[in-house]
Formats: sequence, C-alpha cells, structure tokens
Amino acid sequence: MAADRRTSREIVEAGLARRRRKEKLFRATGMLATAVGVIFLGVFFATLVLQGSSAFVQTFIKLDVELSESVLAPEGELDLAYADFDGLVRSALRKEFPEVSGRNERRELYRLVSIGAGYQLRDLVRSDPALVGSTSTLWVPASSNVDMLVKGNIDPTIEESLRPVSDAQVAWVESLRKAGRLETRFNKALFTNGDSREPELAGIKGALMGSFYMLIVTVVLAFPIGVAAAIYLEEFAPRNRWSDLIEVNINNLAAVPSIVFGLLGLAVFINWMALPRSAPLVGGLVLSLLTLPVIIIASRAAIQSVPPSIREAALGLGASKMQVVFHHVLPLALPGMLTGTIIGMSRALGESAPLLMIGMVAFIVDVPGGFTDPATALPVQVYLWADSPERAFAERTSAAIIVLLGFLLIMNLAAVIIRRRMERKW
Amino acid sequence: MQNVTLILLLAAMAAAAFYMGRRRSLAVVGGPAHGSRLHSLPGYYGYFTLISCLLPALGVFLVWVLLEPKIIVALIVDSLPDAQRTTSAGELNLLVNNIRNLAAGDATSGEIDAVMRNAAVRYNEYVAASRKMLTALTLGIAGIGGAVALRRIRPEFRARNRVEQIVLYLLVAASSIAILTTIGIVLSVLFEALRFFSEVPLTEFLFGLNWSPQTAIRADQVGSSGSFGAVPLFAGTLLITAIAMVVAVPVGLMTAIYLAEYSSSRVRAIAKPLLEILAGIPTVVYGFFAALTVAPWVRMAGESMGLEVASESALAAGAVMGIMIIPLVSSLSDDAIHAVPTAMRDGALALGSTRSETMVRVILPAALPGIVGGILLAVSRAIGETMIVVMAAGLAANLTANPFEAVTTVTVQIVTLLVGDQEFDSAKTLAAFALGLMLFVVTLCLNVIGLSFVRKYREQYE
Amino acid sequence: MTETKMTDEQALAEAGRAEFREQPAPHKPNGAAAREVVERVTELGEETVGDVSCEDPYIVTEKVNVYYGDNHAIRDVTLEIGRGQVIALIGPSGCGKSTYLRCLNRMNDSIESARVTGTITLGGQDIYGSDLDPVALRARVGMVFQKPNPFPKSIYDNVAYGPRIHGLAADRAELDDIVHTSLDRAGLLKEVKDRMDEPGTGLSGGQQQRLCIARTIAVNPEVILMDEPCSALDPIATARIEDLIDELSQDYAIVIVTHSMQQAARVSRRVAYFHLGRLVEVDETDKIFTNPQHKLTEDYITGRIG
Repeated sequence: MAADRRTSREIVEAGLARRRRKEKLFRATGMLATAVGVIFLGVFFATLVLQGSSAFVQTFIKLDVELSESVLAPEGELDLAYADFDGLVRSALRKEFPEVSGRNERRELYRLVSIGAGYQLRDLVRSDPALVGSTSTLWVPASSNVDMLVKGNIDPTIEESLRPVSDAQVAWVESLRKAGRLETRFNKALFTNGDSREPELAGIKGALMGSFYMLIVTVVLAFPIGVAAAIYLEEFAPRNRWSDLIEVNINNLAAVPSIVFGLLGLAVFINWMALPRSAPLVGGLVLSLLTLPVIIIASRAAIQSVPPSIREAALGLGASKMQVVFHHVLPLALPGMLTGTIIGMSRALGESAPLLMIGMVAFIVDVPGGFTDPATALPVQVYLWADSPERAFAERTSAAIIVLLGFLLIMNLAAVIIRRRMERKW
Repeated sequence: MQNVTLILLLAAMAAAAFYMGRRRSLAVVGGPAHGSRLHSLPGYYGYFTLISCLLPALGVFLVWVLLEPKIIVALIVDSLPDAQRTTSAGELNLLVNNIRNLAAGDATSGEIDAVMRNAAVRYNEYVAASRKMLTALTLGIAGIGGAVALRRIRPEFRARNRVEQIVLYLLVAASSIAILTTIGIVLSVLFEALRFFSEVPLTEFLFGLNWSPQTAIRADQVGSSGSFGAVPLFAGTLLITAIAMVVAVPVGLMTAIYLAEYSSSRVRAIAKPLLEILAGIPTVVYGFFAALTVAPWVRMAGESMGLEVASESALAAGAVMGIMIIPLVSSLSDDAIHAVPTAMRDGALALGSTRSETMVRVILPAALPGIVGGILLAVSRAIGETMIVVMAAGLAANLTANPFEAVTTVTVQIVTLLVGDQEFDSAKTLAAFALGLMLFVVTLCLNVIGLSFVRKYREQYE
Repeated sequence: MTETKMTDEQALAEAGRAEFREQPAPHKPNGAAAREVVERVTELGEETVGDVSCEDPYIVTEKVNVYYGDNHAIRDVTLEIGRGQVIALIGPSGCGKSTYLRCLNRMNDSIESARVTGTITLGGQDIYGSDLDPVALRARVGMVFQKPNPFPKSIYDNVAYGPRIHGLAADRAELDDIVHTSLDRAGLLKEVKDRMDEPGTGLSGGQQQRLCIARTIAVNPEVILMDEPCSALDPIATARIEDLIDELSQDYAIVIVTHSMQQAARVSRRVAYFHLGRLVEVDETDKIFTNPQHKLTEDYITGRIG
C-alpha cells in the first residue's frame, strides 16, 4: 500500500506541470473573451464620438444682405411667400467676391451657402418687416460641402475632379476665413429643425418629438395594463393549467422578434382599424404591445418578492384580499415595477423595426404637434440618415446616435437610482 | 369635439361623480359622525359612482371610435356612382384614400374629379355628424350612469364588494390583453399569409430556389410574373445566424466562466455593467456601426489577404450580430453555472481537480441544459434580428455558404417588401406576411424549447 | 486572553466556580499520569489540555489561526494527527471543527475572505509552501462531505473521476481495476456491480455516501477527512459507514468531525474537543469520555452544554 502510494504521488506530481499549463490557458481564454466585449465597447464609443462630435458644430458665413425694396416688393406689396430672398443672398455673395464672373463660376459661388439662407432671411423679414430697405448682417449656414471642407473631412489637396469642392471654392472659403467671415458655431439646427434633404439644415427635433409622443402613449397604455395583469396573475389567478399557459405565453411574447409586432400593427391598426400611418399613436400602440410582456414579468417578480408575512398580517386585521393587494403589496412592489417599466421604456425607445412596418419611414419635415400627426422616431431617423450617401449625414447620424444613447443612459440611471433608493431588502 | 377634449371632460365628470358619491354616502347616514353605519368606507361609494359613470361611457366611446371610420367609409362607397364602386378592390382602396386625404386637406395622388370632391365634402359632413352624436351619447351615458349610482347609495349597500368585483374584472381584462396579443399576432399574420398561399403555392414558397418578388404592372395581373421561392432567404438567415453564433457562443460562455469562477469581485463589478451596456445598445446603432465601420474594414482585410469580399458581406453583419448577442449568452450561462450546487464544485476540488478541470468536467456538464437553453434563445434572437441585417446585409437573394458574399435574410425581405406605398393586397405585400409567419413559428419553437430547458435546470437543483 | 465571546465563557466559568470554589490552575500537558484529581480546569485558557501529540504524527498543525474577514474562527490550534488511526473532532455547533478540517486540505482557499496563519505540515512538508501544489495535496488528503454529493454522472464515472484527472491509470483495464477495488473497499461493489452505468444520484443516501467514499479512496490518498459523514443518513446506513471507517483506519489516517459523541466513542481512538474556536482538550477516547480534564469538556460530554 505504501509503495502504491508513493507511485501515486509520483504520477500526480508528474502530471502537475501539464495540468497547470492547461489551467493557465483556460483562464487566459476566459480573460480574453471578457476583454472582447469590453474592447468592442471601447472601440465603438471611440468611433462614435470621433465621428459624431463634429456634427454638434456647423460652419456659418457672415453676409451683409441688402434688403432692397425693389427686389422684395417690386409691385409695392411685400409677399413673403414669393419674394426672392435667394436673389438677395446671391447679391450679397457677389458683393463679397465682385471679381467672380461667368455663369459657372457664379453658380459655384452661390453653392458656398446653404439654401437655408433664403429661409433665414424670410424669417428675419417676417419678424420685422421694417427692415426692408436696410442692410442686415447675418450669419447663414454654409453648405454641407463647405462644412465638410472646414471640418477637414474633404481633402483639398487631391485632384479637383475627385472632390465635391472646386479649387475656386476652396480659395473663397480661405479668403472668407481670413476676413473673419467664416466661423464654426454650435449647431443649433440639429436640435431645432426637423429632417431636411440638406444636411446642414437637418435636425432631430421632429424625431425627438415623435419618440416623445410615442413613449407617452406607450407608458399610458403599457404601465397600467401590465401592472394590472401582473397583479391578477400573481394574486388572484387560480393555479391551474390555464394560468401556466398564460405564463408561458407571456414569456414567449417577450422573446418574439419585434418585427412581428410591426406586422401585427400593420395588419390590425393600419389596415383593419384604419388608423393614420406614421402617427405616434400607432407607433405607441405597437410599442406598448411590445413592452407589455417586459412590464408584466418585472412586476410579477416585484410582487413575488414581497414577503407573505405582510399579506398575512393585513388579512389577519380583517382586510379584504383586494385591500391587501392595493394597500400593502402594491406600494411595496412599486419600486420594482417602476424599474421594470423604465427598462421596458428604454427598450421601446431604441426600437425601429416595428416602426418601419407601420410606415414611419417617410421623409417628414415638419415637427409633429400631436399624436396623430405624421412623425418619425429617433432610431428611425438614424436609419434614414444612415442610408444617405452624403458625408455630412454620416456625422449627423453619429450625433443622433449620441443623443439617443444619452437618453437611454439617463433612463437606465434613473432605474438604477430608483432601485437603490426605494427597494428594501427583506 | 376633439377626442382628447372629450376624454378630459369624461375624466372631469368621473372625478365629480366620485366626490358626489362619497358625499352622498355620508349624507345618507346623517353625517361623518355616523360613518360606521355604512357597510363600506365612504370612499368606496365614491368609487362605485365613478365606475358607474365612467366605464359604460368609455366603452361606448371606444366602440364608436373603432367603428366610425369603417362605417363612414362604407357610407361613402355606397354613395359613389356604380362605375367607381365596381372597380377592383385595389382601385377602390386607392380612391377611398384619395377622398379621405382630400377631405383632410392633405396631398392626393392622381386626378381630382367632381365625384371625388363631392365625396370628400360628404365625408366631412358624416364625420361632423358622427362627432356630435358621439359627444352627446358619451356624456349622456356618463351622466345617467352617475345618477343611477347615486340613487342606489344606501347604508346597507355593499359598495366595497361591488367595487372590488369590478376591479377584479378589470384585472382579468388586462391579463387577457396579453393573450389577445398573441392571438392577434397569430391570426393577423396567418390570415394574410393564407391569402398569399392562395396565390403562390406553399411548396414553391418553402422549396423554391428563386426569389424575385414581382407583381405585374397591370391591375388585373396579380403575382403571376414573380417567383417566391424562399430557400435563399432561409439559407441567408442561417448563414448569418451561424456566423453570429460562432462569435457569441464561445465568447459568451467563456466570459460567463471567467466572471463566475476566476475574476475578483471588483472585475465582476465592472465587467457585468459593461456587458449590460452592450446589451442595451439599440440594434439600429449596431447596424450603423456594422455598415459604416465593420463592413469596409472586413472588406479591406479580406482584400489584403487576396480574398474577394462583398461590401455587404455576411461576415460583417454576422460578426456584429454576434457581439450584440454576447451578453445574452453570457448572462444565461452565468445563471446556469450558478445554479449548480457548490457541493458539486467542492467535491471535485476536494479530489484534487484544478479549477478548469472542475469547470469543464463537472460544472458545465451539470449546467448543460441551462446553457443549451440559452443558446437556443440566442439563436432565436439572431434569426429575428432586423436592423443590423437591413443596414449591413444585402438585398440579393443569394444561395451560398460563403461568408464573404452578400446574402439576404427573411427579416430584410419583410422590411423591403413592406416599406413603400404599395397596395396592401398585392402578392408582394402578402409575401411579407408569409415570411412573417415562418419567422414567428420558427422563433416560437426555439423560444418554447429554449425556455423549457432553462426552466428545467432551475428545477433540477431546487 | 479571549476578547469577544466573554459572556458565554464567563457564565460557564461562573457555573464552574459555583461548584468548585477554588482558583483554577491550568494543567500542563502530560500524557503519562492518570488523573484522579477532581480539580478540573474551568476557564477557556490558551493551553490545550491533554496530549496534542501522538506517535507517528503525519499531519502537524502548529498555532493555526483562521480568520473569516474580521471573525476569528480558529484560535491557536496545535495538534498532531497520526497515521493509521482515527481521531474524532467534537464540539458544539459553530465551534470551528469543520473550519479546522477544511484547513487540512486547503479547501478554505475557495473562500475569498478566509485567512490562515500558522504552520500545517503533511509528512513534514508545509502544505502552504511553494513546493506542494494544492492539487497534489488534495490527492493525498481526501474529503467526504456532510451531505453526499455524487456527481451527476454514472457510478463508474464518479469513482473514475479522480484517477482520470490525475492520470493514475495507464489504460482502461487499470481504471476498471481501480474502480472495482475502490467500490469493494467502500462496501458498495456488490450492490452496484450490475448498474455501473446508472447515475450516481439514483442511489439511496447511504449508498451515495459510500460512493463518495469510494470516489475518495480511488485516488489512493494518505489521509481521509470526514465532515459529519453520517449526519444525513439513517441509523442502518450510519452503522455500515462506521464499520467501513473501522476497516479503512488500517490503511488511512482518518479525521472525522462528528456531532455525535456516541459515534466518536465508537469509531475513534483519539478525540479532540473544540470550543468556540479553541482546542480545549485532546486525549485518548476512553480517557476523554470517562475522565475529562477540562470542565468544558465534561459539560459537553454530560450534555450540560452543546
């Protein structure tokens, strides 16, 4: 036996080195795997910030515009809808660079400035018609090509035919900058404008409002219904095969691909109930169906975590079942329910596939004012802009993503804070 | 009156009803001092009155709002001259839409003739009349409901029981919405899919190798010139899913093992939230990243190695999808590993195993059902994923196993077929529902099996 | 002196003093003379009463302290464990006997907050030293747990697990041999001979524990640690395992933690009494049970505490 033991010991000792190596390798693989996710996150955020941060500023050009009465009101009456504000912008540009002649050259000159300049002039005159006849100085947004040039996204040294800005334009931009007539400022338009075909005028306000209305509809519908369903299923439903089936059903619904909810919305809400397409109301209805299982599951868990002793104590004092639930269980389970709802909302905020199905893909310029106005949502806006080949839209897409992620971060932080502050450990 | 205003008025009436009911209950017994003579607390009488006022009115309101568009459209169609009425369903639909747009002052398509203008005017008249009737009806019923409730208030009236019973019914109704949703999904998708299969045979759909969904231009020729063989779509979906799994399963599993067994609690405290963040990024953002950053990079890398890589390769889309799924696999595996009792681990360690041997030979086999369940759920997620593939994968229905080529998936095609102003009835649109049906059935099976596996491991050790 | 748990000891000491109104004097460890004096040690002092040493010591623990975070679980335990004998560790709940046991095969390593000081040697080698890998240590010091914990594998694979990972069998035939021998020595072979492929979890409680014992001896250890191995079993199964322990004690050093004094009296040759983390008294079994030298030992044995 002793001899046996010695050989056993020797065998074990002999194998140790190889086993230790395997152990190290295994552990290293685990570390590497964990690092993959972390590194991806880092690369992702770095790329996002690098690409998107430049969209928060926009190049502006200072113009002295002569609001000549002869151009604006040739027949004496000023008609804001038809007055030639663009013409005034062009004259201002010609005044800056009087040496420019020839149609092609002139056209290139005009392309320095965004077409939004004309709208800006119109708004200026609308707010103060007394300005007609005077000269105003205003900062107008540069066109997106100029903007890209100034931000360094277009290389002016490569051959002219390969880039969207000509040599002449490059020279003009340089002289404007030297004259102090070219600046990059905060891109307010990103947050005050709706979508636009021109990148320099495109903003996410429409999408933000659309998402906002949709989330309101979602919360108003999904939270009460979800909580009510959870209360019934946890406290009142008899434990039989039927309630088992319901539980399986809800767990499955939580895992159904979101696009299927879009199909449901299309078939039922748009087609059968003839609700308006692209409306936040419909989007909200679809999203609330999607969020409902999540809220139910989270609420059930919250209700389950309330100890039975509380219920028994209340019952012992003569409360009815309903009173026990609403006066005692519900308030105690509320933090968990709120947390689950907020997390469900943040999921809903990021959803885009079902919204594509119900038609929120249209190009909508106006900011929606109500629940039935056509609208889009922030993630859908990201999708639409991502499709656009223009460089300037690429940076704006990244900026929109940064805003979207910012909202998600806030919502998740709120959920964490609620959980920490209000949840009790039983 | 606007819907929102009506609802607000109803809410105000309900609040008033509560107040009046409560006051009346106290009045009936001669003041608050005699409150104990009442069967229930005064508040319950108030709630009773509120419910009696609000619920019937709300019900009528909802039903009316749901039916109003259909009824008005039917009335309009009835009043159209025969010529318009007997055109095809598609044409009629278009006409009705135009009339409604015209009535609302929105843009219309095509020519506007006198018939349409008249119809639009009538439409607005009907809508106005309907609004008036709805307002009167709703507010009237609310008032009557409240009054009836007030008359029933007596000391021996069991308000609490009544109220609680009604609340119970409401709770049941809320719970059934979840079931209704599933039924709704099944029915709506099934219904449209069946219409599709009446035009395109099921065998061609399931086994056909050629996917080019066209519908004819002429109105009377529907669906006969396109081919709807979905096999390339299934193949593309499987290819991308496989690539995603190759990324997600090893990385997710090893991450779970490392975090459960080897890492210090500090590392865990940092890594777990980071993985949560990874899980919370919206898929459209992943898609953007895949299309703009990963796909060109994959292409460059491939070309530098002498391979020909499409700009919308399955590899790029699959890899990013895999990264998105890592947190799912990791957290489910982590649950499964933690469910294995420590006694098992202690027993293995006491025999002299290293931690890796314990994990691989004892814990993982014991946790296998849970891990497999998690993988099935991950596969289901990958199959149903839409945005990443829409943005990073192609539209070409390519039947291939080469990850460097561009393929299309079921979800991409659903989006492509439905995004756009098509008529609802064409075979093209209906094909999307057929695809949706397949998607729903497959993910449902995977989810049911996966969830049952996940539940089984939990029961095993409880 | 002791700091935190003074109240218990003070109360006990009070009780002691009420009966024996004399100054307590700690006895020096001296294994030879028979004690007939009624004077008993009454206070929980730092010195262990009785004989901590033994002939042919194999495991030697010197001034071992174990801390779980701030909790001082084991205080200054010095004890020798000899080859070829069974020593039982007894004491009330929470006195640290299991903790002490788990030091001997470094199972405390898996608890993050555990800290062990002092020296523990196995056959002269420091088990916390750099030249003794815990893996190799555990192949020499096996452990059987309170609740039988067979792996969810077949009976064969359960027993074969240890030899497989350590590579103790050169081929299948050798492995079969090891498995059969181990099951035989554990007294289980006859019952499971025909169902070696069935899962180990399908056996009865007593059979499972014998399976765990077979699993442990399949690795050919030198010492077997047993942490209340019979507490989850019925009396018949318990009796079988106690017989088994008796047989095994011829080849292995066995350290058994037990809650049952009767069991300690039945199976062991030496008994060590632990109390609130301290080793109070160690001696031969019959001496401890007939003539304990420490008041606390006597109180525990007679059932006044515990």
